[in-house]
Amino acid sequence: MESYELVVIGGGPAGLAAAIEAKDNGVDSILVLERDQELGGILQQCIHNGFGLHVFKEELTGPEYAERFINQLNDYGIDYWLNTMVVDFNAEHVLHCVSKEYGFKTIEAKAIVLAMGCRERTRGAINIPGTRPSGVFNAGTAQRYLNIEGYLVGKKVVILGSGDIGLIMARRMTLEGAKVLAVVELMPFSGGLNRNIVQCLNDYDIPLYLSHTLTEIRGKERVEQVVVSKVDDNRQPIAGTEIVYNCDTVLLSVGLIPENELSEEAGVTMDPRTSGPIVNEAMETSIEGVFACGNVVHVHDLVDFVTEESRRAGRFAAKYIQKQLVDQENMVKTVAGEGIAYIVPQNVRIRNLDKQLELFMRVKQVYSQVEMVIKTNRGILKTMKKRHMAPGEMEHIVLAKEELEGNDIQEILVEIQEVQA
Amino acid sequence: MRQESLICISCPVGCYLNVEIPEEGEWKITGNKCKRGITYAKAELTNPERIITTTVKIKNAHLKRLPVRSNTTIPKELMFLAMAIINKTVAKGPIKMGDVIVENILGTGADIIASRSMD
Amino acid sequence: METKKMNDVIVIGAGIAGTFVARELARYELDILVIDQESDVANATTMANSAIVHAGYDAKPGSQKSFFNIKGNPMFDQVCEELDVPFKRIGSLVIGFDEEDRKTIDKMYKAGLKNHIPEMSIIEANHIKELEPNISDKVRVALFAKTAGIVSPFELAIALAENGIENGVKYQLETKVIGIEKQDSYYDVHTNRGDYQARNIINCAGVFADQISQMVGDTSYSIHPRKGEYYLLDKKAGKLFNHVIFQTPTDHGKGVLITPTVHGNVLVGPDSNFVGEKDDVSTEAMSLQEIRNVASRSSDKIPFNQVIRTFAGLRASSDIGDFVIGESKVAKGFINVGGFESPGLSAAPAVAKYVVEIMEGISGGLKEKVTFNPRRRPMVRFAELNLEEKQKCVEDDPNYGNIICRCEQVTEAEIIDCIHRNMGATTVKGVKKRTRPGMGRCQGGFCEPKVVEILARELNRPIEDVSYNGSKAYIVTEETKKQI
Repeated sequence: MESYELVVIGGGPAGLAAAIEAKDNGVDSILVLERDQELGGILQQCIHNGFGLHVFKEELTGPEYAERFINQLNDYGIDYWLNTMVVDFNAEHVLHCVSKEYGFKTIEAKAIVLAMGCRERTRGAINIPGTRPSGVFNAGTAQRYLNIEGYLVGKKVVILGSGDIGLIMARRMTLEGAKVLAVVELMPFSGGLNRNIVQCLNDYDIPLYLSHTLTEIRGKERVEQVVVSKVDDNRQPIAGTEIVYNCDTVLLSVGLIPENELSEEAGVTMDPRTSGPIVNEAMETSIEGVFACGNVVHVHDLVDFVTEESRRAGRFAAKYIQKQLVDQENMVKTVAGEGIAYIVPQNVRIRNLDKQLELFMRVKQVYSQVEMVIKTNRGILKTMKKRHMAPGEMEHIVLAKEELEGNDIQEILVEIQEVQA
Repeated sequence: MRQESLICISCPVGCYLNVEIPEEGEWKITGNKCKRGITYAKAELTNPERIITTTVKIKNAHLKRLPVRSNTTIPKELMFLAMAIINKTVAKGPIKMGDVIVENILGTGADIIASRSMD
Repeated sequence: METKKMNDVIVIGAGIAGTFVARELARYELDILVIDQESDVANATTMANSAIVHAGYDAKPGSQKSFFNIKGNPMFDQVCEELDVPFKRIGSLVIGFDEEDRKTIDKMYKAGLKNHIPEMSIIEANHIKELEPNISDKVRVALFAKTAGIVSPFELAIALAENGIENGVKYQLETKVIGIEKQDSYYDVHTNRGDYQARNIINCAGVFADQISQMVGDTSYSIHPRKGEYYLLDKKAGKLFNHVIFQTPTDHGKGVLITPTVHGNVLVGPDSNFVGEKDDVSTEAMSLQEIRNVASRSSDKIPFNQVIRTFAGLRASSDIGDFVIGESKVAKGFINVGGFESPGLSAAPAVAKYVVEIMEGISGGLKEKVTFNPRRRPMVRFAELNLEEKQKCVEDDPNYGNIICRCEQVTEAEIIDCIHRNMGATTVKGVKKRTRPGMGRCQGGFCEPKVVEILARELNRPIEDVSYNGSKAYIVTEETKKQI
């Protein structure tokens, strides 16, 4: 049995930031476990730029962003095992992992950080009817084939989903010689950044069909055609609006799901709204000493926020190991009010905060010219005017610790209100 | 006078820009949250440029593809020509992040540099 | 493959019927060739069905379906043990909601008694709820049959093929029969890959069995493919139901079933629609929705938000409403295993033994093969091992330390093994059927590139030539940046 003070499951941006921060805060014995052949997680295949504007004040590519943290991890001499899959862990902080190089290992840790990231929603999960030929890929899998292995997955492509992954792959496939016939989006708005509509679609004259979806995939062995239909306000296909595209490839960019198999098997309490663990201000899950950060807690849009959140998890994991965290009888709950889909963290122990409480949340729909109101049972804490909010853009609120002190606060509610005329 | 609407791509915020171009004189640019929006609007409407990010074949390294980027923007119309040049190039490991893979591509003054180290 | 060699038997079709028949015949000194047009065994109906071993009360008394189902059911324990194929006798419930249903259930029960189906009983609401806590509160009565079971039909067919090959059976895939000529004492089988000869032919061609039969002039039956669509639910839903749950047939139809699978998923379906094309396995939004509505009668707790895949399979329904098993009346030495829809799977072991009997009659006696070994080398299923066993595996072979499929916990060692066994995998789908990468909730999103790499390496092929399911179902088109 091996022993470490801190074990981090996942060596992507979340795990790296947490490990480095824990080291900075006095934890010496740290082990990062990574299932892939190198550190960096999904960033290694995100070869486009747009990362690091907040954290480094520069625009970096995914691999550039990852390398900064990998270098720092190496400078700190933090241990890591590659090609190693964690098989399970339990509430007593004992993990089992397995790899060709290290064999089957049992590890005990004082604290664990979960940083497993997320997986992509599949065709099966959204039930696109039709035949089941080859040529239907998740956008991320196609990205891996293209950017890491060096293979094109198809020549005539239709993309379902206009989130950033779909948009980025539209450009990438086009640059490498494929023809992207259309990007099809169920909602009446795109899930991706505006800049990506411009530099991934408009630049290449790739049409974007909002309020449309794929209603059938056809093809005997390999994709041959797809059927695209307009949808109504309830997102149901409208009969008679079908357009048939001849294509050989379908890329799906239809959502990410936090990958919490290990968490659930260990008995961590989950939040069905985020599909991630319920966490407190320390990013600690319902199992004491087990922390979580990054996409495994809730799906992020910007890796910069992942880094900030994961640094917090690493810092608090260090405090936990050093027995500096206190429990609190009356834990404050964050409540997602009108228009808010979810808030992370779900619970707050005010006494553990350094100087501030950071809340991350998403809205349920697109909003223009509204107010975000933060209330406690004491009354209104803060009101923020918001020009534009969308479900695809995570919101970030910072509250000062001093505004929350005193033992009478039971909940912090965030809601959207129309602007008072 | 000409009116143009465009979305700034200088950073992920994506400000909606409004540009008024008179027959003569200064352009009026609004909607930008920072100075980069002004630079972008002027460039985009006269000589649009883009950063190019792609991969290059690499030998003598533990992976088969090396991610690369242009270190500055290049004219948008040269994207596919630039891709053709990059696709003919074979990098040789070991590589340090920032190594120049293609110097002064298509005479634009931009270099194609390695986006990561690889050995 | 020598095209002029005389085989004792050619089996046409390598689904559950063909593989069972071939392996049974392999117990005797016979030259057996199995041909199939697909790129793998069990690539059609055998891999898209309800996977149920029926107790046998359901089929019409006196029919071949009834006879062979009843005989076949008890054979599953032994054959699955010999071949190391997952099989569980979880029992089945036919649930009823009202007096009409009660009458039908009663009839089924009586028919079952007549056929000596063991361990059957009629149970009431309380008992049903104990057995199935998540069943609808409206259920009043059920026929409980303890001998019903669930199996993995495609793993069984693959194991039968592997064991057959070990015992001398020859398999040739991607071989499509285009014509058959009867000679005096043998048959000339013309295929897209050449001509083959055999003294006897066993027609196990599934939805195409009538077309094969017509090639020798036997038009005694025709097959109309009947499609059934299914939902497959995440293993997280696996604990919700404990038995195969049927609905009582009414005038409106047979209803839809809910069943755990032998791997811990849940299957919901199938519906039933005749289709025009014999290769139409498409799913349709309306049928899927209808299945959902009908299934919800059995339970309102089916978690349709945990669907990981929908698929469809074709039943080989014959116009005479029964199996067509026997030597053709117009073509001596040509044995039909036709119309092999449900309960085909359940009947298969018994049908195989019967085909041997027919062959004995035709040939005047078969010589047993002394070297016949009914057992195949067991599979290592890493995910099912305990900690000590896992540790030992990894110590013995570091390839067990490389987990390729995260969802189903499948290791590189298992994948390498399934490629190199007899009737080994040659495609991504083949690996999926044998060891499960791609069957999990990520549906291959994580593991497929790795499986492709392993196949390329083990079969010594370029990555572009690794297909999903035969060369037309390619995965990647080309390597990028081809140097001129």
